[in-house]
Amino acid sequence: MIKNKKDPKIIIGSSFKFGDDISTDLIAPGRLFHLRSNLPELAKHVLEDADPGFAKKVKPGDFVVGGRNFGLGSSREHAPLVMKIAGVGAVLAKSFARIFFRNSINVGLPVLICDTDKIDSRDILEIDLKKGIINNKTKNLKLKFNPLPEVMIKILNDGGLTSHITRNKGFNL
Amino acid sequence: MYKTISEKIISKHAGRELKAGDIAVVDVDVVMSQDGTGPLAVSQIKKMGFNKVKNPSKSIFFIDHAAPSPRSELSNSHIVLREFASQTGAVVSDVGEGVCHQILVESYTCPGDIVIGGDSHTCTSGALGAFATGMGSTDIAVGYALAKTWLMVPQTIRVNFNRRINKGVFAKDLIIYLIGKITSDGATYKALEFGGEVGNRLSMDDRFTISNMTVEAGAKTGIFPSDDITKEYLKSQRRQDCFKEISADKGAKYEKIIDIDCSVIEPMVSLPHTVDNALPVSSLEKIMVNQVFIGTCTNGRFSDLKIAADILKDKKVASGVRLIVVPASKDIYLEALKEGVLETLINSGAVVQSPGCGPCVGVHQGILGDGEVCLSTQNRNFKGRMGNPSSFIYLSSPATAALSAVKGYIADPREVLG
Repeated sequence: MIKNKKDPKIIIGSSFKFGDDISTDLIAPGRLFHLRSNLPELAKHVLEDADPGFAKKVKPGDFVVGGRNFGLGSSREHAPLVMKIAGVGAVLAKSFARIFFRNSINVGLPVLICDTDKIDSRDILEIDLKKGIINNKTKNLKLKFNPLPEVMIKILNDGGLTSHITRNKGFNL
Repeated sequence: MYKTISEKIISKHAGRELKAGDIAVVDVDVVMSQDGTGPLAVSQIKKMGFNKVKNPSKSIFFIDHAAPSPRSELSNSHIVLREFASQTGAVVSDVGEGVCHQILVESYTCPGDIVIGGDSHTCTSGALGAFATGMGSTDIAVGYALAKTWLMVPQTIRVNFNRRINKGVFAKDLIIYLIGKITSDGATYKALEFGGEVGNRLSMDDRFTISNMTVEAGAKTGIFPSDDITKEYLKSQRRQDCFKEISADKGAKYEKIIDIDCSVIEPMVSLPHTVDNALPVSSLEKIMVNQVFIGTCTNGRFSDLKIAADILKDKKVASGVRLIVVPASKDIYLEALKEGVLETLINSGAVVQSPGCGPCVGVHQGILGDGEVCLSTQNRNFKGRMGNPSSFIYLSSPATAALSAVKGYIADPREVLG
């Protein structure tokens, strides 16, 4: 990931565009159920059934860009986890399925809701996580994304849910 | 303040009055995960430094997705769950007991409970008047350790199933019809609450089917009020003590009310590769099938197997078609055995497998070949769901599935039930 040296909340990468309804079966398929105990290996197959070459092409810090209802389906947290392990810097979509969204926050993968019609594959994006701005450098246009709910910001700032619980000896939301 | 069922249950568990949109930390009554999500939950519990679960008798690890295990990696994951449970006193529901959601409603979930599960179809328990929702392994790990979670009280969409239900049409058709109407994200972050003159009369098996599939519209949970039908069901499970009546207040605030005239609903099918790609069977061209699967947490209950057997009695599964039947639990398996249902199914050419998830998750017991078509009574048909991204999954009721197995193509059960 290319981080802006002045501000670590700014991340830069290239986009990989996917369509609507990208299910957790496409991200971490059931036929690889046995690899859930070996996440680095499972990560080599991330999104394979949506784009067979994705795991080889993705570079650390790149972005997965979906359409509507990204991450629908199973509760498997392995889906956002293997995206993170594969180096995905953030997922951008018009909307997310509920469990996937919550899981992503818990594992520390930024999930951003924005108008992804304005992003094509291989566009270079510079994202300011703090200000909520996506700068599409290829198209020279700026997009806004909605800030996270406060409770999720608290969990993210503590470094994910397990750190939140350990640090506060329980919930402190 | 007039409340929806979700507002009532979450308020009670937070110890304060809440309304839709509020966020609260709540006590949870039942926490569960399965062999796909449990091992990660166990490692997260350990990572947080816990060596106990808060409420062992209601902390359950189900071994149902890969059961019996087809691979050593999965056998090793099963060992992780068994060892952790034996150290902490948590419950293991082991190979052959059945699908997590079925065992929950048979033995654990009570009306008014909050149930969280490391499986998206945890919403099934909502049929008993519980607030039941799926989460990932980390949330579930916290649930096991603390018997608490955080929730946003959802807005509720009220769905009234009205008028009457036609012969050959089942709960599965109602829910596929509804999802087709509101789409795969039509209820994201929302609770669906069911009623109406048809809805209120549905059997518990039917309610389980409907609540089970609410997540396919993105819903957080799918709740029925608890009533005499709920009470009778709990009595049949020798759990009448945990019955309490729970229903929405008159005047509760709904985001939206959807009224459905069930008399216009025909037998439905979801076409590949999304559940909301829903059409009446009667509108389809002849779609040949290679495999028919009757089972799962959606439709592997006794009444499902019975209607299939009624249709398959003295008939044979079409040549070239594989019919796979998986009872959802051991109790259902035994009942179907005792009532001669399994014998009928086996004589027709069905393969009956051990209680559990069967081929639904793409792990074992009926993975499809390239280009093959399966008609299944399960809840989702995403590309690759049954283990092969080059295969095609259609969803239907058990009646549609059974007749299609005989015909060799997707067939309208009103031909024999009308």
